[in-house]
Amino acid sequence: MQLSRDDLKRAYRGMSTIRAFEERVDKEFALGNIPGFAHVYLGQEASGIGVCFDLSDEDQIGSTHRGHGHCIAKGCDVKGMMLEIMGKAGGLCGGKGGSMHIADMSKGMLGANAIVGGSPPIAVGAALTQKLLKTGKVAVAFSGDGASNQGTTFEALNMAVVLGVPAIFAFENNGYGEHTAASYAVGAPSIAERAKSFGMPAEVVDGSDFFAVHDAMGRALERGRAGEGPYALEIVCSRFLGHFVGDPQAYRLPEELAQARANDPLARFRTKVTEASLLDDADLNAIDAEVLAQIEEAVALAIAAPRPDLSTLEQDVYVRY
Amino acid sequence: MARKSYRQAINEALRQEMRRDSKVIVIGEDVAGGQGASGETGGVGGVFGVTGGLYKEFGPERVIDTPISESAIIGAASGAALTGMRPVAEIMFVDFVGVCFDQIYNQAAKFRYMFGGKAKTPMVIRTMIGAGFRAGAQHSQTLHPLFTMIPGLKVVMPSNAYDAKGLLINAIRDDDPVIFMESKVLYDTEMEVPDEAYRIAFGEANIAREGKDLTFVAFGPMVPRALAVAEVLAKDGVSVEVIDPRTTSPLDEDAILDSVGKTGRLVVIDESPPRCSLAADVAAMVASKGFRSLKAPIGQVTCPHTPVPFAPNLEDEFLPNPRRIEEAARAALSWR
Repeated sequence: MQLSRDDLKRAYRGMSTIRAFEERVDKEFALGNIPGFAHVYLGQEASGIGVCFDLSDEDQIGSTHRGHGHCIAKGCDVKGMMLEIMGKAGGLCGGKGGSMHIADMSKGMLGANAIVGGSPPIAVGAALTQKLLKTGKVAVAFSGDGASNQGTTFEALNMAVVLGVPAIFAFENNGYGEHTAASYAVGAPSIAERAKSFGMPAEVVDGSDFFAVHDAMGRALERGRAGEGPYALEIVCSRFLGHFVGDPQAYRLPEELAQARANDPLARFRTKVTEASLLDDADLNAIDAEVLAQIEEAVALAIAAPRPDLSTLEQDVYVRY
Repeated sequence: MARKSYRQAINEALRQEMRRDSKVIVIGEDVAGGQGASGETGGVGGVFGVTGGLYKEFGPERVIDTPISESAIIGAASGAALTGMRPVAEIMFVDFVGVCFDQIYNQAAKFRYMFGGKAKTPMVIRTMIGAGFRAGAQHSQTLHPLFTMIPGLKVVMPSNAYDAKGLLINAIRDDDPVIFMESKVLYDTEMEVPDEAYRIAFGEANIAREGKDLTFVAFGPMVPRALAVAEVLAKDGVSVEVIDPRTTSPLDEDAILDSVGKTGRLVVIDESPPRCSLAADVAAMVASKGFRSLKAPIGQVTCPHTPVPFAPNLEDEFLPNPRRIEEAARAALSWR
């Protein structure tokens, strides 16, 4: 698919935003400004942006514990996200969700999910809505290689085929389920092969190449929008950092970590578009600078913001009780 | 108005709500039945025929047969609810909830709170409960305490056909996830049930029998048992009030406290094992909030701390039976 200069800038802005956001989360976590756990998306930016690039607010996604990138790719406000991650009033979920539960229904973001394999069945339900209401929209389930081993995921893959719903299973294979290698824990030759065996088309994609992800997603979307059923992508990407922020990663050799960095999706995008003279370094650097300022502003806002009022503790358990 | 069975009342509630609102769908195992088979499709209507005829009227898009995949059923229902539908999912026997509990208590129940009040999940999970059917340890449990303790869920236990219809209609129109627990031993019980749609609000107990000497609080299939024992005691001149809370979450504490305030004596009858049961929950609530009213220790009649046995005599003894209920009542009455 031919992308315009504006499209390319939008794609890069998305990836750059995730990069800057996550690098800052890493830093703020170390400074003690982020309670609990945080799992950053560094190295996987091309996957989230490539998958979500052509989605509208009416297309839905379900996400994972490593969901910040998906949220940004789906259009969630970074200030609202940073407030949420820091547990502050005004966060996207009022400070009740945190890093692993960011959601924004108005953007079709049905929630990061701290249960591995939690999202695929929910995305099948969202896709069922799309089918029944004949919207021509889709629902995407982001999952990791780890979630590809969950029974919920198997059930969701099968159910999506049986019900013929426009669900797209985006398996981000970053090589590790927590601290255990996918090469050990995924018994099948590939996740894509496994998905195919459920009866849907599936392909393996270079997840560090925005263009490859975007093209593959285009094929998945075409099938979904035409009402032809589900599709699966195994998006092979690299996790720059550990499972959680602060993971020392003794289980990965320095050479492997260096290789992951050498395959940086932002650098690859830059090389590709500048060599083709589609954008130049100045264009990209300007985007990086704007993004950094935006993240700086979000962090300053979030640090200064108050905690949620204690009166909210018992609110919103139910619509009405 | 005509006499209808508990089963017919539930079927009528589903049918009327599906006619009223095209967003209401039914999804589960064999809710239509016969999909992909050589013979008739839609003739099964669930293992006990509760969804019978719905497929014929509403078709495959709204009466959706699924694989035997409870996580996918509940996940699909919650995802559909989150995005605008009003699914009524079925977990055939509540015992099967073990394979999909994550999708209920970590997902559907938490969306609203976890997402800061910006999501709603209007779904109903219909499921069958209870012993007495000789169905063995994995098809006979009640398990309502498991759901009752989860913030975000509402839990309904209809004890008769009239309540079943009104409570199910209320559940379908409710904007939160509701667990609707149908008693398999009550499906054939009949009573007058209005033809038109009506709602029974949650958290409003039914005073199934008025009395002044002793209060029975009973849940779901234990209500008819409590009423039968109350009738026996009446012959001895003992006036028993029977409270059917109808829903365990929310729980109508006021109705229970008001009744105990009048009688001073309480026996809770609950078809679940004793620990962390609704019997223990109600007893603790009354001991905390109604201590001054009490004239006797609170009686709790539950199943023993065992799985449900198969042999008919063992199962009959396992259930809170009339003898055990009456013994507990007389013990409460013996305190002066």
